[in-house]
Amino acid sequence: MIAEEVSRVVEKHADRRGALISVLEEVQQKYGYLSPEALQAVAEKSRRSLVDVYSVATFYRAFTLTPRGKHHLCACVGTACHVRGAPNVVQELKTQLQVEPGETTPDREFTFETVNCLGACALGPMVTVDGRYNSNVSTAKVRRILDKARMGTQGEEPASDERNFPITVSCPKCHQSLMDASTPIDGHPSIHLETPMNGSRGWVRLSSLYGSHNCKSQAEIPLDSIAPLHCTHCSEELHGAGLCPECGSPMAVMLIEDAGILQLCTRRGCNGHALDLNEPEIAGRPSTRTAG
Amino acid sequence: MITLKINGLNVTVEEGTTVLEAAKFLGFPIPTLCHMEGLSPYGACRLCVVEIGESPKSRLVSSCTYPAEAGLIVRTSSARVVKARKMVIELLLGTCPQSKVIQDLASEHGVRQQRFRQEHEDCILCGLCVRMCSEQMMAHAIGFRGRGEHRSLGTPFDVKSEVCRLCGGCIYVCPACQLRCTYNQPEKAICGGCGNLEPPCVEKPQFDDMMCYMTPCVACEIKKD
Repeated sequence: MIAEEVSRVVEKHADRRGALISVLEEVQQKYGYLSPEALQAVAEKSRRSLVDVYSVATFYRAFTLTPRGKHHLCACVGTACHVRGAPNVVQELKTQLQVEPGETTPDREFTFETVNCLGACALGPMVTVDGRYNSNVSTAKVRRILDKARMGTQGEEPASDERNFPITVSCPKCHQSLMDASTPIDGHPSIHLETPMNGSRGWVRLSSLYGSHNCKSQAEIPLDSIAPLHCTHCSEELHGAGLCPECGSPMAVMLIEDAGILQLCTRRGCNGHALDLNEPEIAGRPSTRTAG
Repeated sequence: MITLKINGLNVTVEEGTTVLEAAKFLGFPIPTLCHMEGLSPYGACRLCVVEIGESPKSRLVSSCTYPAEAGLIVRTSSARVVKARKMVIELLLGTCPQSKVIQDLASEHGVRQQRFRQEHEDCILCGLCVRMCSEQMMAHAIGFRGRGEHRSLGTPFDVKSEVCRLCGGCIYVCPACQLRCTYNQPEKAICGGCGNLEPPCVEKPQFDDMMCYMTPCVACEIKKD
């Protein structure tokens, strides 16, 4: 399993000498960390010695050999943040999370690290959560930051959460836009689809806000039932590859404009989805993202 | 062929020759620690520093990694070089005061004091064993891990390596872990008068099974005593 995935990554970079760092980055992105098996597979597939791969993996801070938590918490302890009170913030984070910097909480929820500068000294003390910056953090703000990260995108009004962003999708079969501006959900054009309902086709409209799970349908779709999604233009089923990472139901697939592929779980009530972006650098977030 | 000037003498060498080899050809002694014939130059110990160029633009380079250039002016034992070399030895002594090889170097170069805190490390990170393992033994069993002050030597994940053939090459080349001064007062160990050239571990009956970076490690066994 790991070996196949790794060999695919290694092959992708086969034309470039010295692509080891890129390979390791991609493997880490896939699994969240570099396991001994993954490093062994990288060494075998790229015909390097395990020692060389291990040297590189332990040299760079970007690589981790231990599993990370769901959320990555990073407190700045640079000079500017230090004089603005970073030690207190770090102390507060330590007491609340019950871990030392560099460790992961036992529930695998948070990985807590300190860095020496995040490049936003005027806004210190800084704490980043999953790459998102929180400025002027005080000890009083720490709990709110942790709670917000723990909650993920749930429990908040999706439209008001600045972490959510609208996407524009099209049918992978006929490449026509699935967006419907006439019926907005969360203040953005909705995604207009069809699903079989009582022997005929009924419409389903999904929020186009990534992170929002709001949807409307012609008739109520019972919870836990599978609703295959069809394109409104070509009527083809948007049959996705693979199964939902959360519940194992079939996935529906859509193309995100100039960005990649979005897969949604078709089971009503399951929020499982996967995002495959073509250019992770542009999007600034991991190329594969699964979330509940 | 390239002609360069070492300590005022012209020498003609082939292209690709290092300054160290050229100086050796002329018979000028340059102390080395991490250099070994048959292994690629590494430039880790900085013992082989020489001064190149004319003052005030002269600079110190490691001769084992510096390729000979046409018209290069090299001084192998100028005051600046000697001062730098003594400092290097003193620092190495601070890291590994119990190493016989480093102590011999110290006494040879008149280093009689040691101003730094003694660390009693097992390793000076010269990389000889790594190169021995990969270049001569073709095993690639040991290597560097981590960086900065956490840099260490060993097998990946600190488990017994599958590719290690227990050849002992790493111990053979190691300047820190094989020849150890067994002087009983390590703080005063830089005497230079010790004639102990026997590796203390070979007398151990269990030496046959011993392996650097493996269990049990020779260095650790000695430390225990």
